[in-house]
Amino acid sequence: MRAAGLLGFAFWILALFIPAFIPTSLAQDSKKEIQRYRQMIAEGSPAELFEVEGEALWKKPQGPNNVSLEKCDLGLGAGVLKGAYARLPRYFKDADRVMDLETRLLHCMTTLQGRTRESATARVFGSADRPSEMESLSAYIAAQSRGAKMAPGVSHPKEKEAYALGRALYFHRAGPWDFSCASCHGEEGKRIRMQDLPVLYKPEHARPVVASWPAYRVSNSQFITLQWRMNDCYRQMRMPEPNFGSETTVALITFLTVTGKGEPYRGPGNKR
Amino acid sequence: MAGPMKIRATAAGGFTDIRVLMTHPMETGQRKDPDGKLVPLYFIQTVTVKLNGRTVVDGQISQGVSRNPVFSFRIKGGARGDKVEVAWEDNTGETSSIEAAVA
Repeated sequence: MRAAGLLGFAFWILALFIPAFIPTSLAQDSKKEIQRYRQMIAEGSPAELFEVEGEALWKKPQGPNNVSLEKCDLGLGAGVLKGAYARLPRYFKDADRVMDLETRLLHCMTTLQGRTRESATARVFGSADRPSEMESLSAYIAAQSRGAKMAPGVSHPKEKEAYALGRALYFHRAGPWDFSCASCHGEEGKRIRMQDLPVLYKPEHARPVVASWPAYRVSNSQFITLQWRMNDCYRQMRMPEPNFGSETTVALITFLTVTGKGEPYRGPGNKR
Repeated sequence: MAGPMKIRATAAGGFTDIRVLMTHPMETGQRKDPDGKLVPLYFIQTVTVKLNGRTVVDGQISQGVSRNPVFSFRIKGGARGDKVEVAWEDNTGETSSIEAAVA
């Protein structure tokens, strides 16, 4: 009788503990499932469709000069694409500033093709129905760096300056909500819904990020670039919209890429 | 206008694995545009896979499939150099196809 009572008590204890265990195991399961899903989408990535589109745009004569971008110098010489993305952002002597991929493309559109900045930036962020030229070009060019180690410029004084400015901006709180990048990306284990928030000033967090952007976003069928990411983070922080390819966005991208350097490029990646 | 397609076909262990990417909006007919009007149904209806001209998959799909879908098929047999052809037709009668040699 007494033993049965004890046994019953033991079950009670167990029963009390079980509900406490379920949420953690469920969370682990869903995390595993999310990983499995990520792997599945990485194996056949629609980003490849943007690469095909980007290649056509790279070779298409456009602008008042009616020339293609094939002579565009992305840092390794005119028209050299292999490994070029992995070496960005970097200092460009002809423009006397540090540029990331999109800023450099914009530079080539205005100089080579003779387009105005206004017309070249009229639609830099596309929609699912109508992707932008910049997005497809980014997919195509980034893909030519697959396997190359990310090695952005770190030696020129302007590159150091951009890194320092990016780092300062990362922690600089401003805007109506008094947010900085670090408000969300400053502490480990934070999430927005199912999206883990990487602590981007830590190399181990920045490396996989740097190695997979730009990327195809499955949830809205769009190809997204780092300039878009900066722009949209500023929107979420309720800050004034930064200019495309501005010193601010390039500095932040430089800070991020330099922090995550050394990782072999695996992109264009897939985002949820 | 149909966007690009991409295909990859590899033979290993007596099977041929085919992976194909398609560009298509795959509209469900349920979505509304910014003006509040329904976006009409627009989706791929049939997908066919041919190996050396012989139909090995004759599939019907519906709006439940995502935009820019990715399909992969595993087919018994097939060898390097075989010709694989994947084609689709949507509900507006538009078609697209791509072919590749098995690697």
